[in-house]
Amino acid sequence: MQPLIDIIKLLGKETLVPKGSSRTTFLLAPVIGLASVILVSTLLWMNNIWTDKTFLGDLIVVLYLLTIPSICIIVGGFASRNPLASLGASREMKLILSYELPFVLAVLVPVIKSNFSLRLGEIVAVQAQNGVILGSLSGILAFIVLIMCMQAKLALVPFDIPEAETEIIGGPLIEYSGTGLAIYRLTKNMLLFVLPFFLMILLMGGLRFDGIHLLFGILKYVGVVALITVIRNTNPRVRIDQAMRFFWGPMTLLAAVAVVLALFGQ
Amino acid sequence: MNIKLKALLKSPWVFHLSTGSCNNCDIEILDCLTPRFDIERFGMILAGSIKHADVLLVTGSGNRKSMERVKKLYDQIPKPCLVVAIGECALSRGMFIHSYNCPVPIDKVIPVDAYIPGCPPKPEAIIAGAVKLIEKLKKNVK
Repeated sequence: MQPLIDIIKLLGKETLVPKGSSRTTFLLAPVIGLASVILVSTLLWMNNIWTDKTFLGDLIVVLYLLTIPSICIIVGGFASRNPLASLGASREMKLILSYELPFVLAVLVPVIKSNFSLRLGEIVAVQAQNGVILGSLSGILAFIVLIMCMQAKLALVPFDIPEAETEIIGGPLIEYSGTGLAIYRLTKNMLLFVLPFFLMILLMGGLRFDGIHLLFGILKYVGVVALITVIRNTNPRVRIDQAMRFFWGPMTLLAAVAVVLALFGQ
Repeated sequence: MNIKLKALLKSPWVFHLSTGSCNNCDIEILDCLTPRFDIERFGMILAGSIKHADVLLVTGSGNRKSMERVKKLYDQIPKPCLVVAIGECALSRGMFIHSYNCPVPIDKVIPVDAYIPGCPPKPEAIIAGAVKLIEKLKKNVK
């Protein structure tokens, strides 16, 4: 209940716009971020419930929309005219550049596994027939890469470099108060559901509603979130250059190996 | 009771401001956040930025230099907000009452909602003060 209470409280508070900032951009950035997360969530549920209502390339749409919250954080941070916020925003920018490459490569694995289909609905349907992609070797490698990229996308601890509370006090969010901050928190909390759900659709067969599968689907979600939390609580924060080296080095290599393995049908 | 205030009392994020204290009160405030005292069970977390905060925890005697900053920071908190003075110095300037550098106590500069005495106050006293403040606000609204 605490996140909900926090958001209601923040909605009831005054919204301050710092002097000299770009007012429109500053106030609009969180709204656009929230809108794109809501759109992603809608697309994922649609594809999960009615697998035949999918359209060509919705996977690409989802990939694009998932970067928009991060871009909104960057824009909002730069618009707020705070040195720490710009520092955080530039770190966020570097982080996006580093994790997008392995993320997209790893997403290619389920695409290859489902006979080069770019429809999320078909990926779910193929897994319902042939078993989950996570069961194969390339699926496991893609899962490791995607979990790491999700950690960076959610800005959780090993990769919370842009927001580093103890270092640059919240980074791009430093000047946000009241409603703006509430919308950012809502976006973050929604991403904490949407990203694991996206991972479930890609590699673990999504959420099914028939009988025991419903319980199994909830367990899958809880398992992924528990894994994220364990990674968050057992690691210290890395520096931005270490994060970049990590994503462009081992993670990209792992994702490339997974793609090659998937091509050979492993 | 209106829902905004109810939510505010369930998640008061605190901002910790030292106006030239000897650091003892600050250490005790940080103690409250440790697992032993665990003030997070009241929904309180330490906010890094003043723009995120709901409660301003002021420690220290408030000298000429820092009082200007206190006033500026008070103007920057999104309202509604609360101010809590912690420690003898913040309450009455303590041993610095005759000092040339501490002309006025803090509550002459910004409105203070709760006073927690002690030099330094124990973490238990700080928690008791926070709970009393919440109770008082609940009664006032009813």
